[in-house]
Amino acid sequence: MTQGSLNLIFIGLSFTLYIAIALRSRAASTQEYYTAGGGVSPFANGMATAADWMSAATFISMAGTVAISGYDASRFLMGWTGGFVLLTILMVPYLRKFNKATVPDFIGDRYYSKLARGVAVVCAIFICMTYIMGQMRGVGVVFSQLFGIGIPAGVLTGSAIVFVYAGLGGMKGITYTQVAQYCVMAFAYTIPAIFIAMALTGNVIPQLGLIGNYSVGDAAVPFLHKLNAINAELGFAEYTSGKLSTMNMFCITAALMCGTAGLPHVIVRFFTVKDVKAVRRSACWTLLFIAVVYLTAPTIGAFARVNLIEKLHGTAYHEAPSWFKEFEATGQMAWMDKNNDGRIQYYGPGKSASGSFSVFQGKGPIYPAYDAPESQRVGSHGERLLANKADPSNPNELYFGNDIMVMANPYMAGLPMWVIALLMAGCIAAALSTAAGLLLVLSTSISHDLMKKIIKPDLTDREEVAYARMASFAALVAAAYFGINPPSAFIAKTVAFAFGLAASSFFPTLLLGIFTTRINRAGGIAGMIAGIAFTSSYIIYFQFLGGTVEQLLFGITPEGIGFVGMLINFFVAFVVSACTEKTPASIAEMVDRIHVPTDAGAAKGHDFEI
Amino acid sequence: MPEKNQYPIEHRRATMKVTLFLLLLWFAASYGCAIFCRDWMDTNLPAVGHAPFGFWMAQQGSILSFVLILVTYAVWMNRLDVKYGYHVEEA
Repeated sequence: MTQGSLNLIFIGLSFTLYIAIALRSRAASTQEYYTAGGGVSPFANGMATAADWMSAATFISMAGTVAISGYDASRFLMGWTGGFVLLTILMVPYLRKFNKATVPDFIGDRYYSKLARGVAVVCAIFICMTYIMGQMRGVGVVFSQLFGIGIPAGVLTGSAIVFVYAGLGGMKGITYTQVAQYCVMAFAYTIPAIFIAMALTGNVIPQLGLIGNYSVGDAAVPFLHKLNAINAELGFAEYTSGKLSTMNMFCITAALMCGTAGLPHVIVRFFTVKDVKAVRRSACWTLLFIAVVYLTAPTIGAFARVNLIEKLHGTAYHEAPSWFKEFEATGQMAWMDKNNDGRIQYYGPGKSASGSFSVFQGKGPIYPAYDAPESQRVGSHGERLLANKADPSNPNELYFGNDIMVMANPYMAGLPMWVIALLMAGCIAAALSTAAGLLLVLSTSISHDLMKKIIKPDLTDREEVAYARMASFAALVAAAYFGINPPSAFIAKTVAFAFGLAASSFFPTLLLGIFTTRINRAGGIAGMIAGIAFTSSYIIYFQFLGGTVEQLLFGITPEGIGFVGMLINFFVAFVVSACTEKTPASIAEMVDRIHVPTDAGAAKGHDFEI
Repeated sequence: MPEKNQYPIEHRRATMKVTLFLLLLWFAASYGCAIFCRDWMDTNLPAVGHAPFGFWMAQQGSILSFVLILVTYAVWMNRLDVKYGYHVEEA
């Protein structure tokens, strides 16, 4: 059996499973559409939230980021897990007690204003749209690699599947499919790590292997010493030391944590469990399930880096392992023989006077057209040639993308074919689960918050769900369009945007809304607008208008500026509230009520069949 | 209306204490050990396996601490609920 057909079988099986689950648990009422009826068990919700949270980018590229930047990548590891501590002890128990379907709902009611709700809706739509574009692109890329179809066809297939169970099944359908998707993802991620840990360190548990000995060769040396030595020899910074300034590291980590705690698609997941007590328990499960992947990522990164360098550096091209040629064909790896010795050399910035280590000029590899003459496409050693000009300032010859550390891992470790098929299925599960969760928030923001609460208050619930389905269809069409024609430079940069926006708008506004009655309508709105305005103009200036490194405020990069935006939000909210009239007594009473843990009332209010 | 034997104000005050205490741990585990005092930790504390302490905290220890913090929160808060009269029978 070939790898291709095995991949097909694994993905076909997993899809059958998702669709079967979605059909069994499709929403039958509005409550089920928005919050799965509030009756999901804490354990199941934990798995679903973990799947929702870990996107295709996390699954494929995070280990690669750790492999390349070592200690510096800890900001992502801590930022994206530590945010759940804030989320759990400061946010979700209270928002669950408040018992409404969406996050803008809380902001609109707490700050008794349509304008506040409107600002929140715009933020929610922007954050979700940014994310979902990347997910659809990821699905498209994986599909096109698997089935040899074009990326557009891959994106459309993915969109159709997501629409079936997210658009039609609502929150209930999504929740139970995400449970299955988490299981696929967790196995796909950890199994290759276990094999590679056994091969390199003789330890079954990757996390112990990382701090243990490197057991290949004669004398056992500590694995991290080995990695530091390799890095130093090739001209990279030591793996365990960092390059970022402490200030920048702190701000980025803080922005990612606060951003995580303010992401609407994660918050609404906790509205699906029974009561406040269940929220607390569910959050423990969520973080535990996320930790399974996040504790494995740094081990995969470190192991794969050693493996990759040992297998490729100094190897003659014609002796390079066959997987290198496969990834060369897909454009994920490339080799440029700068010194014409026929061997692959991999060097870091320490090996050149200019301190650079880019293989070629330009951002990514560009290839000659397929109908170009063979001499332009294939080099003298049989390698795939690039259309980019070589970067002559440094001796580095090996290019690889971040996703290589996960995707090539099973090949490098010589694992059986079914592990590779499982990895493909896991990758698609990661993209689909996140896309589905985002789609639901997008559609409810539009149907519930925009249509029902702002534009047409006399909407019946039945019409509201119809609008939600239409909105999810429209959002998918837009996401598919951007998946097919990606504003690629834009997508990578907007991740900073999504987290910065969540950290400077939702997080502080929700936090103040929950814990103090001193902030009134004017303060809440002014704070949100000030935070967003500062953060987005800073990011736009440095990402798109060509701001220089010298102009950075205290050396904080755009990734971390959301933290400063958050402080500005707090400050403005307090100052403006102090100068304007007090919060009405009814709102103060409402705030007191959400601090009482019982009586969350699962299916309170009207619920009807759809 | 609060039923008798329920103490909302005391409950809220106790909750705030738990929250602040756990946030302190959260800050120490992530920013403290892994960012601000990292170099000091690397040199002065025993290595975890072969990993310097600060580095290990940044890539593994902090995540484990976060899980423990959340478990503590859930257990502790459930006890507070019982103590201040908000115990709910399991369905």
